[in-house]
Amino acid sequence: MKFGILVNEGPYQHQASDSAYQFTKAALENGHEIYRVFFYHDGVYNASRLTVPPQDDRNIVTRWSDLGKKYKLDMVVCIAAAQRRGLLDENEAKRQGKDADNIAEGFRISGLGQLIESGIQSERMMVFGD
Amino acid sequence: MLHTVNKSPFDKNSLENCVRFSRKGHSILLFEDAIYGALKGTRFEALLTEALKNTSVYVLVPDLEARGMRMENVIEGVKATDYAGFVNLSVDNKTVQAWL
Amino acid sequence: MEEEVIKKFLYVNRKAPYGTIYALESLEVVLIGAAFDQDVSLAFIDDGVYQLKKDQQTSVDSGIGVKDFSRTYRALEGYDVEKLYVDRKSMEERGLSEDDLLVDVQVFDEAQMAELMEQQDVVLSF
Repeated sequence: MKFGILVNEGPYQHQASDSAYQFTKAALENGHEIYRVFFYHDGVYNASRLTVPPQDDRNIVTRWSDLGKKYKLDMVVCIAAAQRRGLLDENEAKRQGKDADNIAEGFRISGLGQLIESGIQSERMMVFGD
Repeated sequence: MLHTVNKSPFDKNSLENCVRFSRKGHSILLFEDAIYGALKGTRFEALLTEALKNTSVYVLVPDLEARGMRMENVIEGVKATDYAGFVNLSVDNKTVQAWL
Repeated sequence: MEEEVIKKFLYVNRKAPYGTIYALESLEVVLIGAAFDQDVSLAFIDDGVYQLKKDQQTSVDSGIGVKDFSRTYRALEGYDVEKLYVDRKSMEERGLSEDDLLVDVQVFDEAQMAELMEQQDVVLSF
């Protein structure tokens, strides 16, 4: 079955991203397909390349990146939510005249239409949030 | 239909409203802080016992165990599940609603 | 020719405005989603009912210094988003009536709201 995943909270502050990750991983390991993982609200922070958690803790960002790489996941960060919160990819940084970008490997920034499209194309939409 | 709840019933009314809007044959999954709603001896036991008459209630065991609880602490009739079970529940139900 | 898929989308709003950004960002999804010509409904339950309170007064330059986005609910009709449902119990226990709301809504009891939810393909909760 084809799933769409929506992550509405940032890493560490709330368990939503952890739960979404465990669900996504279990779905993939059981032969299901993930059409897209969409990061919205503070969920965009899951894509910050500059995250440095303590060594004895999980690294939520690289964990998503690794899962994305392994299964070729489409991991999309909402551009409007990201810009508000200081998350930029290289192109956006240039366009907005900012001196740095911070999107981690495997994530891409795009519009909210990608969430709606995920709802249309997926057979189930799972929401993880606060 | 599958309802997912992730809030402690002591903190938010998500569980109460989820039960209010669930119908016969629906499933309810309690995960994250919502596992506290599945426990015996709390003031929400009556609400959940009532819900069990019409709906199937599941508790996510990894969330339960992380919080120092075991299935023996859970109200009778609530079923144990894990992340793979969570996936199966969402496959089995056409509509999934998250009560955040 | 590819068959056009029309799905039932329900946006469930259960949070008050301003205290957190969920109400505003949920509305942004609704506006973008309107372009996709899907079958869209909005449900207002719990504190979500407060999103529709008339006479919200704030702007970037006055009051709490936050944009008043409540007028956007009135613009939804222009995007063909016309199915707004309010949970009667949530509204009444907050001391509100339909006259207090800034848009026309349908007030639903539990059975009607439960049926609406059950019919959906995609439920986005905020």
